[in-house]
Amino acid sequence: MKQLKSIGLWVSLLAVVALGIGPIANRSASLRETTYIIMQVIVLAASLNILLGFTGYVSFGHIVFFGLGGYVGLYLINAQNWPLWSAALAGGLTSGLLAFLLGKAILRLRGAYFALATIGINEAVRAFTNNFDPFGGPIGMTLNFRVYNSYGGAANALWLVYYAVFAIALLAVVLNFMVKNSKFGLGLMAIREDEGAAEVMGVITPNAKTWAFVLSAILPGIVGTLFFFKNGHIEPGDAFRLDYSIEMLVIVMLGGQGSVLGPILGAAGYEGLRNFLLTSPLFKNIQLSVAGALLLVIVLFIPAGAVGWLRRRVPILRKVLA
Amino acid sequence: MTVLLSVQGLTKQFGGLQALTQVTFDLPQGQILGLIGPNGAGKTTLFNVINGVYHPEVGRIIFRDKDVTGTKSYDLAHMGMARTHQIVRPLNELTVRENVMVGACFGRENHNLSKAAGIADEVLEFVGLDSRADQLAGSLNVAQKKRLEMARALAAHPYLLLLDEVLAGLNPSEIDGMIQIVRKIREQGITIIMIEHLMKAVMNISDRIIVLDYGEQIADGTPREIANNPRVIEAYLGNSSLADQLLEEE
Ligand SMILES: Nc1ncnc2c1ncn2[C@@H]1O[C@H](COP(=O)(O)OP(=O)(O)OP(=O)(O)O)[C@@H](O)[C@H]1O
Ligand SMILES: [Mg+2]
Repeated sequence: MKQLKSIGLWVSLLAVVALGIGPIANRSASLRETTYIIMQVIVLAASLNILLGFTGYVSFGHIVFFGLGGYVGLYLINAQNWPLWSAALAGGLTSGLLAFLLGKAILRLRGAYFALATIGINEAVRAFTNNFDPFGGPIGMTLNFRVYNSYGGAANALWLVYYAVFAIALLAVVLNFMVKNSKFGLGLMAIREDEGAAEVMGVITPNAKTWAFVLSAILPGIVGTLFFFKNGHIEPGDAFRLDYSIEMLVIVMLGGQGSVLGPILGAAGYEGLRNFLLTSPLFKNIQLSVAGALLLVIVLFIPAGAVGWLRRRVPILRKVLA
Repeated sequence: MTVLLSVQGLTKQFGGLQALTQVTFDLPQGQILGLIGPNGAGKTTLFNVINGVYHPEVGRIIFRDKDVTGTKSYDLAHMGMARTHQIVRPLNELTVRENVMVGACFGRENHNLSKAAGIADEVLEFVGLDSRADQLAGSLNVAQKKRLEMARALAAHPYLLLLDEVLAGLNPSEIDGMIQIVRKIREQGITIIMIEHLMKAVMNISDRIIVLDYGEQIADGTPREIANNPRVIEAYLGNSSLADQLLEEE
């Protein structure tokens, strides 16, 4: 039982390595850029999975943690001369702190009300950055180009952040696996299935939900810093894009919510589809409509996502797909 | 005789509806208390109030010498209270074993996962669900889901067990099985309050019975006293020959 379960973890980690090793193997900068996005999406989707997949709470504004982490991190690098790594960590912790402070309040809401509240928070934080002078207001912040020198120049810095996002994607998968196979995770899944019954059985639901929310916020904050460091610039419109939030949901649902492999399959599948759509003259401008339609199809026909579907179809896989 | 649970003047309203009025009783440790009454009498509501799902407008609940009025259900679970639901609430997408592990992990004894898995297997064998342990809870039939409710509650190793119509919807042989289970639970020293419509079973198994009618406690006594109580006969049992019949079969 134990061994079989950890096979599931190795399968998931191997999937991430298979996706991420390409650019390192052939030192291709353009492949690196597309793969970077896949790795980042894995981190975001796996993080959202802790809340959506394990706990059953739908967050439509999850991108707020990515954007906030990016802002805090870039500010610390630019204005306070912090090294990238500690700035990224601070970005992640700030996002975790925001989740902690909001958790008790908004996680009392259920269903659509919670989802709406998360959108509200995203918009509120966007409005805040728009008016907060240290963060550059509506213009945002542009990284001083000389910062890259401390990382062996811009070209080298881009490789460094790629290694970092790759490592964090692996970490996100391990985190998902650990949560899923812990007592804490059992409590979360009980909440997902029936919050009232979970409470009667002794799950301290306000605390469990808050910690799930915090855990789902930290890694997005860290990759937020990495992304905007790589990008060299951050502004409110780029940091808090609701369409990315919705794509994260689609990805988790596509791959299979509540499974460890799901967010990885979802990320790879969706990014593949997106690249196809963006390069196809027919779909180029309606890529988001396609995402919406996809979400509808999943919810209606394969609510358990690809991993759930595979498990049901091929029982042997049940043991190896975590 | 130590009193495990003391309910003092509980009153609960839903809007204009008086669901419970001044319900008062002491429950000694180790007893089985039967709770009967017509549909809508407030039996499940009484469980919900004792269990912290709802809080009473008036009255106090003392559990193991602590005033627990207004305490949250999860805190009561940690203190040793467990219950089953009249309308079963399985955690559908989790396995039967995982369902029971939730009870063991988060109930009174606060076990870690591997200890909880051991307890779950023991309890599943006790209620006769061991062969279903790896199945998803959603795939069980109603009788099995009732047993699952029971197993989850037992896995917490509670001091007080609230059973809400665990016999409803079962066939005669399943009922006999369940009654055996309840008897064995009592032998383990667990105190039980049991809501039941099946008169023969409650009369047989309870040390004492309380009758609710429109939220009011209209009788409190031994099964024999209850069966001969004119108010109970009028409100619930219907005719007195039925009451005699029930006692004869004891
Ligand atoms: N959450 C609620 N909101 C409003 N009314 C409620 C609520 N819960 C119960 N009631 C009402 O309170 C009364 C008592 O209901 P309760 O479920 O306690 O009855 P019961 O004795 O368990 O009945 P049954 O034998 O049918 O299970 C009923 O009239 C019911 O409609
Ligand atoms: Mg009832």
